[in-house]
Amino acid sequence: MIRIRWAAPALVVVLVVGGTALLIAMTGHDVGRALGALFNGSVGSWYAFGSGTLLRATPLMLTGLAVAIAFRAGVFNIGAEGQFVVGAAAGAAAALALSSAPRAIALPAALIAGAVAGSVWAAIAGVLRVRFHVLEVISTIMLNFVSIHLVSYLVRGPLQEPTHVFPQTPSIPVAAQLPRLGSVTRLHAGFLVALIACVAVWWILRNTAAGFRLRAVGASPTAAQSAGRIDVARVTMRAFLISGAFAGLAGSIEVSGVTYALYENISPGYGYTAIAVALLARLDPAAILLTGTLFGMLEAGAAAMQRDAGVPSVVVSVVEAAIILALIAIHHTRQMRRSP
Amino acid sequence: MSVELTAFLEATVRTATPLALAALGEVVVERAGIINISLEGIVLCGAFGALLGATHGGAVGGFAGAMALGLVAAMVFAVFAVWMRVDQIISGTAVTLLAIGLTGTFYRTLYGETGAALTIQTMGPVRIPALADVPVVGSALFNQPLVTYVTYALIPAVWWWMYRTHAGLALRAIGESPAAAEAAGIRPMRMRFAALAFGGMLGGLAGGTLVISQVGTFAEGMSAGRGFIAIAIVVLGRWHPLGVALAALVFGTASALQFLLQALGLALPYQLFLALPYVVTLAALAGVAGRVRAPASLAKADSTL
Repeated sequence: MIRIRWAAPALVVVLVVGGTALLIAMTGHDVGRALGALFNGSVGSWYAFGSGTLLRATPLMLTGLAVAIAFRAGVFNIGAEGQFVVGAAAGAAAALALSSAPRAIALPAALIAGAVAGSVWAAIAGVLRVRFHVLEVISTIMLNFVSIHLVSYLVRGPLQEPTHVFPQTPSIPVAAQLPRLGSVTRLHAGFLVALIACVAVWWILRNTAAGFRLRAVGASPTAAQSAGRIDVARVTMRAFLISGAFAGLAGSIEVSGVTYALYENISPGYGYTAIAVALLARLDPAAILLTGTLFGMLEAGAAAMQRDAGVPSVVVSVVEAAIILALIAIHHTRQMRRSP
Repeated sequence: MSVELTAFLEATVRTATPLALAALGEVVVERAGIINISLEGIVLCGAFGALLGATHGGAVGGFAGAMALGLVAAMVFAVFAVWMRVDQIISGTAVTLLAIGLTGTFYRTLYGETGAALTIQTMGPVRIPALADVPVVGSALFNQPLVTYVTYALIPAVWWWMYRTHAGLALRAIGESPAAAEAAGIRPMRMRFAALAFGGMLGGLAGGTLVISQVGTFAEGMSAGRGFIAIAIVVLGRWHPLGVALAALVFGTASALQFLLQALGLALPYQLFLALPYVVTLAALAGVAGRVRAPASLAKADSTL
């Protein structure tokens, strides 16, 4: 897998920012104005940092964590996007069903519903891989498409708001909404959940037997099976379940903390960005705190670039892809230098 | 009923065409031991290339543009997956992401936020006189756009090349054991680049087919998973050109089913039909994947060259 020292990721970020500026110039936009908007929209003010960067970093950290856990176990879960969407749907459904429940019940129930739904969604790919030898890259992507159509059905069918005009659910009750952190920004308590999750997973992977088994299976399933007497199928299945749970939790946190309702396109591709977040962090959960924030900055800045300088926000996908490709290229040259 | 059935069969072959094209290219690539996850991005690039080409040079320019951009995308993937020998799944995913970003950025830059209802003259079906009059399947098979007939010709051609020529044997040898092939005097890296070039052009052509002979316009992300479905089709077709052609028809059926069921007036949510091709892919893979044997060196980044 990908293991690189820290100088390389830093270099990659610098190169990619330069490349982005070039792309912006090539497509005929004002580079100075665009980069200004990128800066102002992400870190230019406390408001931008909280309501822009950290607000978007929250789902990116959790989905990035989902991808990192899976990849560490040798599971190529490209389906964080679908698990996120299904988690958002389940979170919204649970919150709406518990409309008269007190906060102590409604909020945890909504968040847990999201995690469970994400887990179940990932479990489909898990069973297909473990029992039927279906490549999870294909199955998780197929499930992403299914999840999009599922939400499209829900917000036009059983969960649609009462006037039946808009393709979205009604607002979830206040009892199921995450409290804001302070009154200056829109940042909510879900951010703390993401922080705690990253640190907890970092500790578990490093210090527990379960964490060791997960890493061992990812490093070499055959060695783990024969030398470590590890039940590879079981560990693989667990990786799917835990990975899906974090992605699903990210979805229900997005509903409870930001949108307060379910609608189509609730994710601007968080599940795909998560792959770049995890790889840039070298699959280290603690480092995801950093890379998640970095990509949160990028997403918030890109939204501002589109608003203020007319640069299509989809340019972020180019940046993400460039970062992944640059990282694996550096990894490659490093290996070539090492081998005789 | 027979009108609906004819329309259904026509739609089946029409939707199967781009899938068969992309999968046919992917068979050649996978028999050389490379799994090309970037196929999704290649199809998307092909669609965008078709838009660029068709606005300047009509349908011919469109197909040329589609194949050219598909080729470029495949070569980017080849540099990473073949030349650098890095993980094929990660690099393939990244190239797909790159294709989504670049086509989206340039589309919005060139044609504005909404694309301003950009339409391209679609290529109508070409009726083959005697054959199209065969009852039931006649018009389904022989009243199709030109590119479908090209696909018909490519299926046996790829089979013949793969199983009846020396180069085809070399390709299959690389897929089983690059080291043994190299010892026998074959150059695996050169062959893999060539296979990806072919796969890229066919994947691009698949994207071009979507634009020029089906939709008549480009939309961001319009490949909608077809590249990934094509990879699944290769598994279902057991890495054999003829099997792949049959498997593509199965998926064409799943997609065309929505037209038939809508025509029959069934009161089911339409999203069910939209999700059907993906569900069918999952179900079909579950039934087949464990019982077929992939080329031995497939997706192994470290296979010696």
